[in-house]
Parts: sequence; C-alpha cells; structure tokens
Amino acid sequence: MTTLLTGAAVLGGEPRDLAIEGDALVDPSAIDRDRAEVIDASGLIALPGLVDLHAHLRQPGGEQAETVASGVRAAAAGGFTCVFAMANTNPVADTPAVVEQVHRLGLEAGLATVRPIGAVTVGLAGERLADMTMLARSAARVTVFSDDGHCVHDAELMRRALEHAAALDAVVAQHAQDPALTRGAVMHEGPLSAELGLGGWPSVAEASIVARDAMLAELAGARLHVCHVSTAETVEVVRAAKARGVRITAEVAPHHLLLTEDLVRSYDARFKVNPPLRTDADVRALREALADGTIDIVATDHAPHAPEAKLTAFADAAFGMVGLETALSVVQMAMVETGLMDWAGVARAMSTTPAAIGREPGYDAPLEVGASAHVVLVDPAARAVVEERHLRGRSANSPYLGRELPGRVLHVWHAGRRTLADGRIVTEEVGR
Amino acid sequence: MRHLLTASMPRDEAIGLLDLAEDMHQIQDRELKKLPALRGRTVVNLFFEDSTRTRSSFEIAGKWLSADVINVSGKGSSVSKGESLRDTGLTIAAMGVDGVVVRSGASGAPALLADWIGRPVVNAGDGTHEHPTQALLDAFALRRRIHGGAARGKALDGVRVAIVGDIAHSRVARSNALLLPALGAEVTLVGPPPLLPPAAADGSRLGVRAEPSLDRVIDERPDALMLLRVQLERQAGKVAPSAAEYITGWSLTDERLARLGDAHLLHPGPMNRGLELSSRAADSDRSAILEQVTAGVSVRMAVLYSLLASDHPSAELGGAR
Repeated sequence: MTTLLTGAAVLGGEPRDLAIEGDALVDPSAIDRDRAEVIDASGLIALPGLVDLHAHLRQPGGEQAETVASGVRAAAAGGFTCVFAMANTNPVADTPAVVEQVHRLGLEAGLATVRPIGAVTVGLAGERLADMTMLARSAARVTVFSDDGHCVHDAELMRRALEHAAALDAVVAQHAQDPALTRGAVMHEGPLSAELGLGGWPSVAEASIVARDAMLAELAGARLHVCHVSTAETVEVVRAAKARGVRITAEVAPHHLLLTEDLVRSYDARFKVNPPLRTDADVRALREALADGTIDIVATDHAPHAPEAKLTAFADAAFGMVGLETALSVVQMAMVETGLMDWAGVARAMSTTPAAIGREPGYDAPLEVGASAHVVLVDPAARAVVEERHLRGRSANSPYLGRELPGRVLHVWHAGRRTLADGRIVTEEVGR
Repeated sequence: MRHLLTASMPRDEAIGLLDLAEDMHQIQDRELKKLPALRGRTVVNLFFEDSTRTRSSFEIAGKWLSADVINVSGKGSSVSKGESLRDTGLTIAAMGVDGVVVRSGASGAPALLADWIGRPVVNAGDGTHEHPTQALLDAFALRRRIHGGAARGKALDGVRVAIVGDIAHSRVARSNALLLPALGAEVTLVGPPPLLPPAAADGSRLGVRAEPSLDRVIDERPDALMLLRVQLERQAGKVAPSAAEYITGWSLTDERLARLGDAHLLHPGPMNRGLELSSRAADSDRSAILEQVTAGVSVRMAVLYSLLASDHPSAELGGAR
C-alpha cells in the first residue's frame, strides 16, 4: 500500500510530495503513482507525528475519566503518534507489572505508541525510590521517570534518582513544586488570589526547586527534565543552568502559552490546573523561552477528569485540563501566528526533541526519505470554535470550549498506518 | 436575575441600599416588627458552614419581611457528604424556593450556585473571599455613628478606617476593602506581615494601603478601627503569631485605647476579649459593636427586599459579577 501526499508544505516550507510505503517514507519519484492512493495536500502543512512527553491516560484506576484506548483517540485527533503516559495511576506505575500493563494496553489500542513513564518513588509517596532499573529493563522499557502530580521534594531522594537515571540513560522529569510553599494552593499567588480569596501558589515554589534540581543534576551528571514550566522566574533559572552546561531540558504546557489567571475570576474549575495559570508577563516569558530554545518542548499535561470532579467549588475541584486534541492549535495561535516560531520550530518542539528526550526512536529525521512514516497533515487556515464533539477522549474538561482556535489536524499516519482521515479516527482493528 | 455576591458595587447603589436599610431600621422601634413585603416568598438559608449570628440575622430579616425562612445546614463540605455543591443547589431550587442565602467554606461557591440554580443568591460569607452583608452593616453602623439621624443619602467621604487582624484569611476585610472605598472612605489594612494578603505591584493589598504596625496607624488618629476576629489556632501553625505576640503588636489594649482618641470601634464578632481588644475597649462608648448586630438585621432586610420583592425596581446588586 502506497500513499502519495501531493503538494504539502513540508515543515511549512515549499510544497512538495511525500510518499508513504509500509511503515516508512519513500522517495515520491520512485513509486508507482498509478497504484498509490493520492491525497491532495496542497494548502496543508506536513509535520512529523507529534510526541507528547506528558499525558495522563488514567489507566489503571481512573477509567471513568480516561483509558489508554480513549487517550490515544484524543492523541490521534490532535496529531500525536506517541504519548508518554504519566505514572500517577492507581496502582501507581512503580512496578514492572503496571508499566507492562500500560504498555500492552497501548499496543492493543493502536493509533499511537504509548510509552509508560515510571514513578520515581514508591506510590509517589516521596519516601523510597522505586525500582528504577527494573522498570527500565521491563518490556515497557521505561526511559522517563516522574512523580508528576507530586514533587520529589526530598533532596536526597532526588539526588539518588538522578544517579540511577544517569546509569540507565533515562531522564527524571520533575514536577517542580515546593510543597511547603504551596499548602492549600489552588491558583497563582498574587493580587488576584488575594482578591478572590483562593489559596496562592507562588512562583518561587517552582523556581526554587528547579534551581536545586539543576545543581543536583550537575552533581550526578544526569539528565533532568522540568515538567510544565509556568513562570518567568523558572525560565531564568533554566536559562542559567543551560548556560552552565547542565543537562537540563524543559517543557511548557499549551495552556500556559495562551491562558492567564484572569480566567479564574469565574471560579469555573475548568481553569484549575497545576501549576496554575499565571500572568500575562509569565505567558510572554514562556513564549519567548520556547522560541529561543530555553524551553525545549511543548507537552500537553493532558489531564482528563470526570464532570463531577470539576462541577464543584474551585478549591474542592480536581486540578487539570485535557489538552491532546487542542495542543497544536494552541501552539499555532500562541507561537506561529505571533511570528515567534515557524512550523519547523513547532516540529522540533512537539516531535523531534520530545522524542529525543524520551529516547523514542524514529523521530530524528522528520519527514525525510527513509524515516518512519509518522506524518501529520494540518490545515492552518481552518478556524473553529472548540466544542465537546471535537474532544475524542473520554473527558471534556477543556479550557478552550467556546473559544475559537486556528488550525485543524486532518490526517495522521502512525508508522505508516492511517489513524486520522479527514479529521475522523480510523478505527480499523490492529494487530497486537 | 439579581444576586448579592460581592460588596463591590457603585457608590450610588451602596448608598441606596444603606438608605433602604434605614427604612427597615425604623421598624425595630415598632411593637409589631413585621412588613408584608415578602409574604408568600420562601427563602432558604443554605449554610454549609456553622454560623449562629449570620444565620439568625438573615432568619429574622426574612421573617420581619413576612417571608417563609427555611434553614438548611450542610455540615462540612457538600463534597464530603457525597453530594456535589451543584446537586445540592439544584435540589434546593427544585423545591420552588424564591431565594437562597449561602454560607460556604469554599470561596466562590455562591457565584457558582448563582450560575447553576436560576434563583437570586445572597452571599452570606464564602471561604476567605467575601461577606458582603457584613460590609454593608459595618458601613451602615459607621455612617450612623458619623452622621447620626441625618445619615440618609450620605456616604463616608474622607473617613479613615483601619482594619486590624488576619487580613489574608478574612472575608470581612475583603468586602470592607471593596465597599468602604466606594463610599469614599480611606481604608488601611493592619496585621502581622504573614497574615496580610499578597501585595500588588504598587504595594497595595486588596487594592488599599497596608501597614504592619498598629501603633503607627494609631498615631495617625483614624476615625474608626475595625478589629477582626482572630483565630490563631486555625491559621497555619508555622506562621501565625502566638497570642502574646499578637497582643504585643496588634491588640487594642487599654494603653492603645487611650492613645486612639475618639475613633469608633467595630468588630464583626464574636469577640475574644483580651486578644483583639481589651474589655474596656469593647465596653467603651466608642464601641459600635452591638449597633452592628442591630444594623445586620436592617441591612439584610434591605438586601432580601431588593432581590426578592416583585415591585422593587433596583438593578442587580453588587455590580458586575
């Protein structure tokens, strides 16, 4: 089966053809065009399949909010071909049994590669290291470790986790949040939290942990990844650490590139997320940092919740927003349409670099002949108001409902297999 | 749909409400304290948090307006009972009530209920956010103290009010910091630095001036001192001052009372004598504390009347929500 994509703006560049044969991209001039399925891609941008280093797929234990199968549907709808599944499931992904279960569920679901993230500490409790080497050597071959949702705040544990990670060529992805500075915190700390009477989450609670971790990573010679950087202060810390040569990478979540704390005025818990939405100045700093490479990647922090977890008072509601389906549109709006980033930059921040950080092969030569056929076609001129029907996961806790976003993911191929066609999930049965 | 969710409201509207409360206040001198204004209306006092004073005050206000008043208490959070805030609100609304008075430990809960249930909602205190009827009654009592019988139509222009205590966790402070400046008053927030809310870029807190030293504020001879109830045991143990430390810095002691001049004293109650203020201060003729309680009923009558009386033309209270 050969598919020919004609006239696509590859990485936003001059229009040319792409050809997919089997699981790889092949030279379009070398195929038998009469026997190929031809898709007119003129006016569309071709990107490599997107890689999300940070998603909560909720299985096992949170199946009323999301499953691996529903999560990869959301992923495919958003142009993702690889999703790293966070460890804060129930039971926690701190044993080979759990990560192998998630790995297997991903294989069964198809649509995208699911890479389980392993917990740093047993039960995410921050007291005892998980068996990181066993997780790395399991069938799920864990390469990313994170207690996300919780900060590994004990400096000794963090240091030892980094030492293990260095030996395994793995990365520790830290949820940077000093728990002592954020008791009862549900929104950004500042004049608005004072006005609304909601517990404040000060910027320093993030930046101070990142500063410490950068020094520990340097000591351990390990790779440190900072999850969901949300403040201008943290950007400065990451910038300084990189200048020093620390092996540090950082991610920003789409919502932190577009939304600010002002949305919390409504007390609508759709806007409750951890770390919280911050200020205009933070949004500007994060956009600039992503543009100049201080922040390496965009990761969704896709966090589905059942309706009842959100239809309640702000302080009582769960943290988190779904984000897989809308991530690329948000990045188009915040980065491309503002002139801060071109599509090649988007491909780097949402595919090549996250795959490199997570040691996922097949993404290092985006859309080149011979590369794995992870391909996304996007219509950048489309604009639509986000509605629940656009969300393909199990939960609808999106902060963008009712908001117009640009861009539409039309077609996706995962290792040569079509997962999205004209915006519709392709639900053919896939082999194990 | 009209609600009272915040004390943030235009000056004219605040004066109008205070004047309406003056009308209501007059019936307290009558032998038969009953107006027919809300006959046939049902008001639910939905209290997720314990409160005797505020709930009783709303109950009396409703009854003096001839409304049927039902008290519904939800111990602890509705979530802990297993029913969501939204379901509780929808259940109450489905019983055909005309208005809901809500007290909740969760900031913003009354605003959410107002969106969900399609009935007028009065915020009777939400978490560490607002307590608008308390601010209205404080303004009412203070206006009477300053303008006496000629208070009607007046504001609080140039009146300097210091609010003292745990500002960061006080819904009373928040609502007063919004309402009193709208009436022309100059508000200063006073308290131990860890109990002051985060500062804005201009150094103000909650939009008004903040000053950690009560002694400096007393030296400025304010026109009124509002002492907040202090619950040291409920604050984060690491940062709350001890009682001794609090008294040293922020209690209205006899010594400070003597230096204070003729400032009026306000306290939302219940008082901790000896902690927030000395007994001598509480019982002095400068204390308007019992007048505040009386004013509470009048102000709440005015609010319920404004929101629920079918013939009342006023626009939504509390401005934009």
